[in-house]
Amino acid sequence: MPILEVKDIEKRFGLLQVLQNISFSLEKGETIAIIGSSGSGKTTLLRCLNFLERPDKGRIIVNSEVIFDAADPSTQRENEVREKRLHFGLVFQNFNLFPQYTVLKNVTLALELLANKRPDYKQRKKAIQVEIQDRARALLSQVGLSDKLDYYPHMISGGQQQRVAIARALALEPDILCFDEPTSALDPELTGEVLKVIRELAERNTTMIIVTHEMDFARDVADRVIFMDEGVIVERGSPQEVFGNPKEERTRQFLTRYNQK
Amino acid sequence: MNDDSVIISRLTESFLLNCRLFALTLAFSLPLGLVIAFGSMSRFQPIRWLVRTFVWVIRGTPLMLQLIIIYYGPGLLSMAFSWPSGISGRFVAATVAFIINYACYFSEIFRGGIESIPQGQYEAGQVLGMTKMQIFFRIILLQVIKRIIPPVGNEVITLVKDTALARIISNKEIIMMAGEYTNKGLIWPLFATGIYFLVFVGVLTLLLGWVEKKLGYFRV
Repeated sequence: MPILEVKDIEKRFGLLQVLQNISFSLEKGETIAIIGSSGSGKTTLLRCLNFLERPDKGRIIVNSEVIFDAADPSTQRENEVREKRLHFGLVFQNFNLFPQYTVLKNVTLALELLANKRPDYKQRKKAIQVEIQDRARALLSQVGLSDKLDYYPHMISGGQQQRVAIARALALEPDILCFDEPTSALDPELTGEVLKVIRELAERNTTMIIVTHEMDFARDVADRVIFMDEGVIVERGSPQEVFGNPKEERTRQFLTRYNQK
Repeated sequence: MNDDSVIISRLTESFLLNCRLFALTLAFSLPLGLVIAFGSMSRFQPIRWLVRTFVWVIRGTPLMLQLIIIYYGPGLLSMAFSWPSGISGRFVAATVAFIINYACYFSEIFRGGIESIPQGQYEAGQVLGMTKMQIFFRIILLQVIKRIIPPVGNEVITLVKDTALARIISNKEIIMMAGEYTNKGLIWPLFATGIYFLVFVGVLTLLLGWVEKKLGYFRV
C-alpha cells in the first residue's frame, strides 16, 4: 500500500494553470525524482504537498488518511494543517536556515517547540532536552557536520548550510522528505557533498521526492522518475525507461537539451 | 552660590523634563508602533486603510501643531474630557502627543523591517510545524530588530531634540528656561543647552553602537 497518494491535483494562479491532473503515488522507502524545465510546476507541486500552497482541486492521502481534500474544508483547518504537514519535510532551494541560531539550534528549535506540548514535558524536561540534543547531534554527524555545531549559518558554506537544512528536516522524522532543487543555489563544487548526503538517505530507504536539475543524480538515485511540463505529468517510469528510452516527444526534447549542456 | 551655578542647576533641572518626556515617549511609542505596524499590514482592508490614513495624518502634520491641538483641543471644542490643570496637565498632553507621533514613525520602520524578511523564513517555520506566534517571536522578530536598529536610532536621536518642542504648550524644558535668561540679555545659557543635547545624544550613540555590536553575531 502506498505511503502517499496524490489524486488529481490542480492549481491555478489567477488565469495561469500551474498544475493539472497531477496524480501519482509513492511507496514507503521509495525515491521519486521530478524533472522538468523551470516553470513546469515541479516546485508548486512540492509546495502543495507541504501546505505552502492550497490546491484548487484534488486530494492528498498519506497512510490511507485523507490529509487534504480541496472539496472538503474540514481538512484545511489551520491547527490540523500544522500537524498534518509534519508528514512531510521540505528542504528548500535557498536553505532558509535561521540566521540567529547556531547550526545545532537550527536543528533542535522545532523539536523543542513541539516537545513543549507533550503532556510529560514538565516532569521530564531535562531528559527530553537531552534526548533532543542527542538526536540533533546524531543527525548532524550523519550529514558530516559534527564539528560545526556552534557555528552560525553565515560562517559555513552553502553546501554545509544545505546539509544543516537536511538534518533540520530529518529531525522531525517526516514520512516523506521533499527536496526542492536542493543544489540549484550552490556552486558546482559544493553540489557533490549535498548529493552524497541525499544518496546516503536513499540507501537507508528514506522516502523522498526530489525535484532536481541534476539528471545524472536523478538517474542514479531515483526508483522512479516523473517528467513534468507545463503543469502536467508528461511521462513517468523507471530511470532506465525515462532517460534511456523516453516515449514522449517532449521528454526527448528536454533530455536532448540537457545532454547538450 | 554664585549666579552661574544657580543657572546651571536650573538648566539641569529643566533638562530632566526633556529626559522624562524622552523616556516615556520611547517606552510607549515603540510597542504602540508595533501594534500600528500590524494594523497597517492587516489583511482586513478597512483596518489597513484606517491605520494608514491615520499614519499619513500624523506624519503629514507638524508635531508642533499636534501638541497645540491635543492640549487646547478638548477645551476649545468644549469636550467633556480635559487635561489636569497646571504643570502635570501640560506634561501629560505633551507626552501623549509625542507617543502618538513617534509611534507612527516607528510603525513604518517596523513595517519595512518585517516586510524585508524573506518569505522563506516564514515558510521554513511553517514546514517545521511552528505556529504563527512562534514564527514571529522565535524567528522573525530578532532579525527585524537587527535590521531596524539604524533607522530606529535616527528616530531616537531626533526625539531627544524634539522634546524641546514641548515648550509650545508651556512645558518648561531646557531651551525655554535658557530663553528666560536670553530675554534678560544673558546669552551663554542658550549655548549651554546645546551641550546637554550633545552629551545625551553622544551617550545614545554609544548605546546604539553597543546594541548593534551585540547583534553582530549573525547576519540577515
